[in-house]
Order: sequence, then C-alpha cells, then structure tokens
Amino acid sequence: MFEAVLWISVTFISLAMIGMIYRVIKGPTVADRVVALDAIGISLVSVIALVSIVLETSAFLDIILLIGILAFIGTVAFSKFLEKGVIMEYDRDGNR
Amino acid sequence: MTEMEIVKFFAGLFILLGAFLSLVTAFGLIRLPDVYTRNHAASKSATMGVMLVLLGTFLYFWLIENHFNSRLLLGVAFIFLTSPVAGHLIARAAYNSGVKLSDRTVQDDLAKARKKMKTEGHLK
Repeated sequence: MFEAVLWISVTFISLAMIGMIYRVIKGPTVADRVVALDAIGISLVSVIALVSIVLETSAFLDIILLIGILAFIGTVAFSKFLEKGVIMEYDRDGNR
Repeated sequence: MTEMEIVKFFAGLFILLGAFLSLVTAFGLIRLPDVYTRNHAASKSATMGVMLVLLGTFLYFWLIENHFNSRLLLGVAFIFLTSPVAGHLIARAAYNSGVKLSDRTVQDDLAKARKKMKTEGHLK
C-alpha cells in the first residue's frame, strides 16, 4: 500500500515536471522560463526525497539542501541579470 | 505492527498531498495567462507541495527507520524561507524588464504609483 502511494506520487511529480518543461520550451518571455526552471528545481527536491524512501537509504538526503540552495541562487542570478543586465554591481545606483 | 501502519498512513497522506500540489503547480504554469499569475502558482503551491513531501519523508525516516534526519527539517525551513523570495525577485525583474500584463488584467497599482512618483520628481 505504502509502495503504491510512493509510486503514484513519483508519477504525479514526473507529470508535473513534464508540464513545466513544456513551459520552459514554449514560454513567451525569459521570465516565464526562469519561473518554470525554479519550479523544476523545487520538484526535483521532492523526487529525491521519494527516491531515498524507495531505495531505503538516507545517503541522498544531503543532496536536498544542495539542490534547494542551487535553485535559489540560480533564480536570484537570473532575475538580477534580467533586471539590470549584470549580476554583480559596483555601487548602489546600479551603474558600473 | 499497528503503530507502523498508522505512521505509514500519515507519511503516505502527506506525500500524496504534496505530489497533488506539485501537479496543481504544473496546471497553473500551463493554463494561466501571463507571467505574474504563473509566478503566483509556482511560488506558492510548489513550496507547499515540497514541504509536505519532505515532512512525510521526515516522519517515515524518524518513526520507521529510527533515523532522525535534521537535514530534512533544515531543507523544509530553507525552502520555506527562500522560495517566496525567489518568486518576488523574478516578478520584480519581469516588471522592470517590461513584460506586459495579461489582456484580462483590470488593475495595475504599481504603474499608477510609479507615474505619480515620476510627476513629483522622486524617480529618475
């Protein structure tokens, strides 16, 4: 029963990631693609949690924090680049 | 035996609810009209879904396998803090880089506030 619930959940999350990949490919603007990529990164975290339950190991659970941090930093960098054309600025007014 | 059944029931319930919310996120990303509403769908229901899945995983590892994994709780807290921040940043970047709102949008308070500030000379 629990196994069946796990596999149903993995199927749901995989279908959701396929829908997000559709939005990454089709998205009219770059901001749409960044939003969908952020959602894919967040969904990947839950896929890793479910895989570590299925394989009955706790070795993958460290990777959850790693992927969460990487998704956040990637989204922040993309949004800074979209807004100002640079990722790191030199002063507070945004001019280099 | 029965305690394990109860724990497995609740862990499975949390995991199934989280997977369902992830599916809701994908429907929102596909069906909603513009980037701001899609961002709303992605940054709220995806966060709630992954938090529920991680909570179910934490319960399973703690009560079934006798392994209290504090990194899962840390991951829940981190995602709860950072995902709305990322959503806000990308929505602001989209507005400042000139992404149009949907045709069906009836209200844009930020444009009115910016026009008022520009006429008063506060904004360059």
